[in-house]
Amino acid sequence: MILLQVIVAGLLIGAVYALFSSGLTLVWGMMNVINFAHGEFVMLGMYVAFWAFTLAHFGVASFSAAAAVVLFMLGVLVYLALIRHVMRGPMLAQILSTFGLLLVLRYAAFWAFGANFVSLPDGILGPSLNVGGILLSAPKLVAGVVALAVTIGMHLLLTRTMLGSRILAVAEDRNAAMLMGIRPDRMQAIAWGLSGASAGIAGALIATFFPISATVGESLGLIAFVVVTFGGFGSVPGAMIAGLIIGLIESLSAYYVGPVYQDVFVYALFVLVLWIRPRGLMGKA
Amino acid sequence: MPEHTVDLLKVEHLAVHYGDLVGVADVSIEVQPGSIVALLGSNGAGKTTTLNAIAGLVPASKGSIEWRGENIARQPAYAIVRKGLALSPEGWRLFTGQTVEQNLRLGTTPLADRKRAPEMLERVYALFPRLMERLRQRAGTLSGGERQMLALGRALMGEPRILMLDEPSLGLAPSIIETLYETLGRLHDQGLTLLIAEQSIQLALEVADYAYVLQTGRTVLDGTAESLAADPQVRRIYLGLETGEATG
Repeated sequence: MILLQVIVAGLLIGAVYALFSSGLTLVWGMMNVINFAHGEFVMLGMYVAFWAFTLAHFGVASFSAAAAVVLFMLGVLVYLALIRHVMRGPMLAQILSTFGLLLVLRYAAFWAFGANFVSLPDGILGPSLNVGGILLSAPKLVAGVVALAVTIGMHLLLTRTMLGSRILAVAEDRNAAMLMGIRPDRMQAIAWGLSGASAGIAGALIATFFPISATVGESLGLIAFVVVTFGGFGSVPGAMIAGLIIGLIESLSAYYVGPVYQDVFVYALFVLVLWIRPRGLMGKA
Repeated sequence: MPEHTVDLLKVEHLAVHYGDLVGVADVSIEVQPGSIVALLGSNGAGKTTTLNAIAGLVPASKGSIEWRGENIARQPAYAIVRKGLALSPEGWRLFTGQTVEQNLRLGTTPLADRKRAPEMLERVYALFPRLMERLRQRAGTLSGGERQMLALGRALMGEPRILMLDEPSLGLAPSIIETLYETLGRLHDQGLTLLIAEQSIQLALEVADYAYVLQTGRTVLDGTAESLAADPQVRRIYLGLETGEATG
């Protein structure tokens, strides 16, 4: 029964990884731009949730929505003010610019919110639940289920709607998309907005069970890179499967070996996958 | 009718540079409404660059591109297609990861009235019943002939006034090329103006009313298709065709 509990807990956290990673894979696959600041987007989503709760007494649903909206706007802003311009420059300029953005966001958060950890009150989503003998923390259950639903929603948005079709058209062939009357800059701005929103919601969900600090984006950003590389650049379903697998491995190795060593197993698997299948699980050849 | 409302495309002394490279040096062409105009010339003569410049994919460095009395030479491609000038690019450039239906729907973006999308879909299905059987299939899985149908159908979805086609027969089997040109003839009968870049000169001169010959980025010759086809000198020098009387 404990093993089942470990597996379920791993899948739930993995779903949250899948959510914010799907945002990273979207802009990566679309524009070949690596957003090193993606983890900081998640961190800002956590703070938005915290302040919306603290100042305006928002509930979980409302502060998650608020984080989505704020980070959507931040994503669009980053695209318009930064990415659009550096995309014309060399690859190195792109890498350095998002890395610079990471530093700006992280230390701006330090400056604005201080170095102390803050957290939402325990039990904001009620106590732990006993589901058929499996003990689950309510925040993690909600976070996992909502994250999975939003990730699937994102996939459906991309594959089943006109907007998604236009975004993917620009991703596949910018010039051919322009010949259809599509404005690539507009679609790319929306993609950055969606990427930000996915990080924002994920951050709000994580904030319900994890302490918030200006440096939390460091480890989350790293996880996002592992998930995206593992799942295949640009593939939302790939990010979903990879996120779940990585959550599962983390959880199992923490249980069997010890939480201190869980990252060793995650990265060992990561290197193994890259060695055997460099394009990731569902990446294009 | 005042001249600016006429569907007249007029390219004058167009030059396009890619960095230090010259794409085209001096191209002047005119496409009268309701006509079929062929752009002839060997590989590298500047046919693709000319069409790309008209469509707004590459900026003109000199000259003007006038459409209905307006100079469109500095406008981006997504704006030009909304004005009724569609280009079906070389190699079709389908969105291979998306379905046939999605490709066609993407083509409706230039329509001013989005409610007309279903009507345009019906029209394209009537033209290419084959596409209707393949709606849910990814464009990347289609055969060469089907891809060409989809590219043409997609370009027609936006209801263009002029359809530009870049090497439409490239890589297709002769029987499929024949069907393609039959279809183009039918579209022309319905009032569509066509500007076709074609390496297959005999084919182009058969369907076109008027033709321009490009050589190293310049328009060196133009005339009605019949006159060009009949001129033995032209056939030998510019079109690379041996005439019966030619002795070499």
